[in-house]
Amino acid sequence: MKTPARVWLGFALVGLGLLALPFALAYAGTAWVRIANFAILYVMLALGLNIVVGFAGLLDLGYIAFYAVGAYVYALLASPQFNLHLPFWIILPIGAAVAALFGVILGTPTLKLRGDYLAIVTLGFGEIIRIFLNNLSRPVNITNGPQGIAGIDPFSFGTFSFAKYQSLLGLEFSGPIKYYYLLLAAVIAVIVINLRLQNSRIGRAWEAIREDEIAARAMGINTRNLKLLAFAMGASFGGLAGGMFSALQAFISPESFVLVESIMVVSMVVLGGMGNIWGVIVGALLLSFVPEVLRWTVSPLQETLFGRQLIEPEVIRMLIFGLALVLVMLFRPAGLLPSAVRRRELAASGQAPLVDARL
Amino acid sequence: MDTFLQQLVNGLTAGSVYAVVALGYTMVYGIIQLINFAHGEVVMIGAMVAFTVINALAGGTLPPLAVVLVGALSAIPVCMLVGYLMERLAYRPLRRAPRLAPLITAIGVSIILQHLAMLVWSRNVLAFPQIIHNPTFAIFGATTISAVQIAIIGICLAMMGGLALLVYRTPLGTAMRATAQNPQVAGLMGVDVNRVIAATFVIGAALGAAAGVLFGTYYGIAQYTMGSILGLKAFSAAVLGGIGNIPGAMLGGVLLGLVEALGAGYIGDLTDLCSYGWIGGLMSERCANGGHFILFGSNYQDVFAFIVLILVLVLRPQGLLGERVGDRA
Repeated sequence: MKTPARVWLGFALVGLGLLALPFALAYAGTAWVRIANFAILYVMLALGLNIVVGFAGLLDLGYIAFYAVGAYVYALLASPQFNLHLPFWIILPIGAAVAALFGVILGTPTLKLRGDYLAIVTLGFGEIIRIFLNNLSRPVNITNGPQGIAGIDPFSFGTFSFAKYQSLLGLEFSGPIKYYYLLLAAVIAVIVINLRLQNSRIGRAWEAIREDEIAARAMGINTRNLKLLAFAMGASFGGLAGGMFSALQAFISPESFVLVESIMVVSMVVLGGMGNIWGVIVGALLLSFVPEVLRWTVSPLQETLFGRQLIEPEVIRMLIFGLALVLVMLFRPAGLLPSAVRRRELAASGQAPLVDARL
Repeated sequence: MDTFLQQLVNGLTAGSVYAVVALGYTMVYGIIQLINFAHGEVVMIGAMVAFTVINALAGGTLPPLAVVLVGALSAIPVCMLVGYLMERLAYRPLRRAPRLAPLITAIGVSIILQHLAMLVWSRNVLAFPQIIHNPTFAIFGATTISAVQIAIIGICLAMMGGLALLVYRTPLGTAMRATAQNPQVAGLMGVDVNRVIAATFVIGAALGAAAGVLFGTYYGIAQYTMGSILGLKAFSAAVLGGIGNIPGAMLGGVLLGLVEALGAGYIGDLTDLCSYGWIGGLMSERCANGGHFILFGSNYQDVFAFIVLILVLVLRPQGLLGERVGDRA
């Protein structure tokens, strides 16, 4: 099949737009470049979670734990905490691998659980990880407890550091802009992996498990290994994003990995459309940018109207997440950009009698 | 021995509150197989409303117990309304949807309630005013029980008894049990299924509100974040007893409270490496002169509920009193 020239032109335009974006954002303020960087991290997280929730149909409410694992692996190996300063291209794969291991640790006891029970167990797992991060400062100080770890190394190659300002070919490259390109490259790699996965043998096996696990097993699919693989792969993307978060922030503490963060990522996947890669990306971008735009518009508006902040931007953000979850489920259960399979499913289940839906 | 008995008393108190909250989860699950994720937030709202009223009335002319009673009685209707609206707006439209859909809305509702509470009460911790005279009584050696603990255990027992009467001895209870078994047939027999389900939510919310007031009174503080962890523990208790099973939730709550209290009381000693001869010898400078090398202290208390939850789901998914049923997914 030959891809028409129009499609390539479209890709080229989007690519150019993405390359030029940070300079446009920098014009509005470096803060916006940082916001874009975090949006990319959320896209990565949402895509990782989409493997577990969207492809394999396992609702994971503790996904942020893997992000935390990746972040702490990076922080411990590249900070004054243990006086280790390994280069990032060694640590990031380690972080992804450790996160994948945790994914398997979570997956193994929960293989038999389905649906809502799994959701609660994963939630508990996320909380356990956070409680450990909070308390592993005694008797041996590993995580530095609630104070968190500061002074984390930025990414660097030899003398080239991603955190430093640089000017090249007449263009001004601030730290966040350099990170932007790195993150963009990483997220494109993640997207490509996801797209390739979806229609692979593995991707189709996950879909079969999601639709009907017993039938899938009867067809000769090794459901145990494939579910573990979904957990491990989803977790490894989370770990990768966590390592990048660590370097970007230069400071992490358990407070960045609370339950609400997991729910945010779930909202992004649900809003965009579980199982549809482009939908999930749109969901993650929307839920990253809309609250920020509101933060910059609603707060000044409140100041001028009432002379003080009535509603904190953080609260508005969380209310948006909550409303997104409820409204999407009520009015567009397959998400903004539903995957073809989900659309079929939901159309079919519309007429199902009450009793069938309960089984 | 003293530690053991004291932790038993403390565990019993916390456990009876967990049991009452767990009833809210288990009743809703029993009837529509939904984990009402937002139930913990209802409990939180109950505590916050009651604390606001109690703080406003404290220092007035009313006697302290009347103040607390008025606080609780104003919290209960508010929570009943929240429970009703929640069911009506967020869950009822999804009753025929795939199983994960109402669970996801429940998470959304929980986030919304939590942050609305933050808007109303801000991030600050509300403190319970020092109005109740709370004497402690020695019951065995150095073990003591306070008046508030006795009251909490007593009130929780009374509420559980009241609920049992309601479910097993009244027409509404019969309708609830019928709906739980088969909503369609119950409907054909003249049960107004929607009304029964709404009533289940409202009753669960009322129990939750009361539990919130008791929990807040026991620990002396209430905050908009208190609902999620309390809710999770209560849910674990419901699963431990067998979700959907009312006596199970009561048993599970009390057991979980005991496990947590005893665990928190002993984990420090059990994981003190200095008390294990040969390992302690390796760290002679830390262990010298009665020093300790405690791996996990009582700050891991919150982990126990989750470990219990995971163990139960892996080893006996139907819970202690639950019946074996097919895949609940």
